[in-house]
Amino acid sequence: MEKPIILDCKNVWKIYGSQASRIHSEHNGNPSSDTLKANGLIGAVRAVNLQIRQGEIFVIMGLSGSGKSTLVRCLSRLVEPTGGEILFEGKDLLTTSEAELIEIRRKKMGMVFQQFALLPHLTVLQNTAFPLEVQGVPRTAREARAREVIELVGLKGREAYYPRQLSGGQQQRVGIARSLAVEPDLWFLDEPFSALDPLIRREMQDEFLRLQNLLHKTIVFITHDFDEAIRLADRIAVMKDGKVVQVATPEELVLNPATDYVEEFTRHVSRSKVLTVGAVMTGGGADIETSGEVGIGQRIEAVADLLEASDMPFRVLDDDGNAVGTIGRQAVIDVLVGRVLKK
Amino acid sequence: MNLLRRIFLQKAALFWLPIFAVTWALSAYSFPLYKALGARWIIKYPAQAQLHLEANISAFMQWLVEDASFGLFSFRDLTRFISALIEAPYSFARNALIDGFSVGLGSDAVDVAPSLSWVAVIVTLVAMGHYARDWKLAALMAGCFGYLAIFGQWDSAMVTLASVLIAVPIGAVGGLLLGILAYRMPLFETMIRPVLDLMQTVPVFSYLVPILFLFGFGPVAALVATIIYAMPPMVRVTIVALRGVPSEIHDVGVMVGCTKRQLMWKVIIPSAAPTLMVGVNQVIMLSLNMVIIASMIGAGGLGYDVLTALRRLDIGGGIEAGVAIVVMAIALDRLSQAFATRVPDEVANHTTKNFAQRHPWLVTVVVVAVGTFLLSYIFPAVQDYPKSMTLSTGTFWSDVIGYINVNFFEAFEAVKTVFLTYLLLPVKRFFVGIPWAWGIIVMTLIGWRVGGIGLGLLSGVLTAFIAAVGLWNKAMVTVYLCGVSVLVASAIGIPLGIFAAQNDRANRIIGSFIDTLQTLPSFVYLIPVVMLFRVGDFSAMVAVVLYAMAPAVRYAAHGVRSVDPQLIEAGLVSGCTPRQLLWRIKLPMALPELLLGLNQTILLALSMLVITALVGTRDLGQEVYIALTKANTGQGIVAGLSVAFIAIIADRILSAFATRARTKMGMAT
Repeated sequence: MEKPIILDCKNVWKIYGSQASRIHSEHNGNPSSDTLKANGLIGAVRAVNLQIRQGEIFVIMGLSGSGKSTLVRCLSRLVEPTGGEILFEGKDLLTTSEAELIEIRRKKMGMVFQQFALLPHLTVLQNTAFPLEVQGVPRTAREARAREVIELVGLKGREAYYPRQLSGGQQQRVGIARSLAVEPDLWFLDEPFSALDPLIRREMQDEFLRLQNLLHKTIVFITHDFDEAIRLADRIAVMKDGKVVQVATPEELVLNPATDYVEEFTRHVSRSKVLTVGAVMTGGGADIETSGEVGIGQRIEAVADLLEASDMPFRVLDDDGNAVGTIGRQAVIDVLVGRVLKK
Repeated sequence: MNLLRRIFLQKAALFWLPIFAVTWALSAYSFPLYKALGARWIIKYPAQAQLHLEANISAFMQWLVEDASFGLFSFRDLTRFISALIEAPYSFARNALIDGFSVGLGSDAVDVAPSLSWVAVIVTLVAMGHYARDWKLAALMAGCFGYLAIFGQWDSAMVTLASVLIAVPIGAVGGLLLGILAYRMPLFETMIRPVLDLMQTVPVFSYLVPILFLFGFGPVAALVATIIYAMPPMVRVTIVALRGVPSEIHDVGVMVGCTKRQLMWKVIIPSAAPTLMVGVNQVIMLSLNMVIIASMIGAGGLGYDVLTALRRLDIGGGIEAGVAIVVMAIALDRLSQAFATRVPDEVANHTTKNFAQRHPWLVTVVVVAVGTFLLSYIFPAVQDYPKSMTLSTGTFWSDVIGYINVNFFEAFEAVKTVFLTYLLLPVKRFFVGIPWAWGIIVMTLIGWRVGGIGLGLLSGVLTAFIAAVGLWNKAMVTVYLCGVSVLVASAIGIPLGIFAAQNDRANRIIGSFIDTLQTLPSFVYLIPVVMLFRVGDFSAMVAVVLYAMAPAVRYAAHGVRSVDPQLIEAGLVSGCTPRQLLWRIKLPMALPELLLGLNQTILLALSMLVITALVGTRDLGQEVYIALTKANTGQGIVAGLSVAFIAIIADRILSAFATRARTKMGMAT
């Protein structure tokens, strides 16, 4: 059963250049690359269709200049899209009034930024409470809430610090705390960890997954780092030149890349990190003797040690606990040495 | 045609040499030429073709003051309203600092409360110094204002301080609001930008004239002039500061659901605060500068002391007041800079402390103010610094200058004569001799060559304006004085800058020297110059050189310093000697910066040149000064515009040069 769609964007365009919207509408909202080029326009986001479902981590992946940042700014309407529809909980954001939009942003959206974007003149506590301050929440109430989220992101004790006194990782924790202070339904993260050192980045990714396990937000996560994408994502949209090339789970992306471009990314990804037990198990075999049980959705990496150490295969259980197949040492070895490349 | 174009546009020598040769020939032989042809128009712009702007502007101003009306109220009501608006806070500040509060008028006046005692004022400033930075700054404040009390400059200094205290908030807030408006509405910015450009180049004297006319002689007129003078840089800084706020910070504001007003006042302006404070520092320094100059239209205070001393040639008194201005300028500059770079107190727990512990300085200041007020009934010395204990340095300075003049008169005179004979007079003859018609042609050609046809037309038209209002000769004197001063300033400043760039210790010393030079109000430069060299072109040149040297040094140092280190390494591994490194790599790469420095030097020189009219030059500055003494608005504005146009032409041509140099070296942006 699929979860309800929170954010639905239909044929969204963002074209930069003079008279962009005239050209856009003259071509029935679907100008070709050649048309854009002939008019000296740049199509930053082109004909994007995405459905983001409740509670999922939806990653938009692309290299710099692929339009991913522009797209997320269109979704939050920080940038005015040239055309299309963006339905947030059934309401088109492009036709909502300024006042309604402010209300939606105050209550239902949160955003984390690449360069943290902390206000330099406010302390950690004041920065975190800022979204509530803007809404006119009384001081004691907003500071109490801010202390809660600060504790949640592990910065308790640093409430009175100023941003410049914190390390990059700590600053981004404040950024995360701030975006969570209003308990948003939809959480945008625009390359939140790209400005951090690799070790800190990993730590923050773990922290992010921990938070998501607690909070179950609907998340739109932007990154240019494919490893980060497959590590965090439920589904990934790969972008190139303003277009979405493929939307799929990490596993599908690796096993069935839609284009050479996507394949280029997936080629060097370690299979064991992406493939699940379900992708390589042998069906049936209810009567085979097994030495244990593994879940169908577990990644090979997570169960590799267990399976490899045992002489006997393991039984595979689906989400409801029914036995659906078996998996043995050989399957794990095939994945680890790279013999499984395609489905 | 094509060939002609190629020669014209590409061979530098083929353009500049003939231009110079023709100009020189015409300049040298214009007079014989006029005699030979009997054509007087060659050397003098024909009177019948002259524009009668002066009279028109004066008539317009007359109409404005006497007849103009906006329906409900007349223009005069408006100026009176503005006067009242400024007068009230000004008299409050003056009463608080020096005069004391009283009720009633004239001999019926009853004192209600005295002004703040000198002790209280000093303690307040010390407190601000410590709050803004540290004990060192606090000590500097105590030293500076203590000096003013001990050396008998207290009363004048407080009058000046009162003016600054009123002008700064109005200038800063007004500039901030205009800047915000420009940031929000691009249309408003395109409208205001040329006005800002003009305000920066029109000499200060020339807007003293209409203000004098509209507001009459007195402190209010001086304050209006000060505010108008100090506001434009704040507008510029505000626009730059608001634009400089990272777009992500802006986005955060939008995403948390700020309204437009919240976005501006809670997000963008606080984030831009450090840059905005730089603007406030500028407003303070410019206000001080202008309050001194505006003593000519009734500002009083230290500036008035200098002015009267200059008029009486009272050497000691002039230097005394001048030093007091310097002391005050340094104190205000350091204090406002400290506030600009002040970092909020580190993590502190406020909950356990009472009010006095949280605000120790505020409490101290209030206690001292009240305490000295009460004490003054027993010891009057606490209220007013006792006259008997003041020291006067006037006689000392007079003696020093007297000693120098007696013993080194010959040497000074020799230097002056050499400069006059071999530099000033020949250059003057060259420029003054240039016939106006050729001047227009040559400026058009240069503009065209450097920046294209648009710039050519602009400089041609502006030059033609100067000729058409009948100020050609005076303008040429201005150009000559400015040119010579800039030449000397560059000859001293650029090597100093290069030296500073290559040597860290020299950099520190030269840097602080230049910083101090730049904080001084322009008036101050006149004092020693007049004392040593008396009046005349040479004195004017020395004052202008001192005032305008700073940017030459600064830009040269910055230009040489910011040469790409990889280029220097490339030079080193190619085996360059230090001299080759300097001449072949650093200087060519620093050329665009040097040109920008030259540009700034010219602008500063022009603004100072007008003030040197006080020491007897016969240029456009004198024209403005005469207009000021006669309150002749038309004359003042026309001459002021002429100076501004010279500045604009120089600025545009040099900027175009710098851009060309940059593009040539692939550094274009």
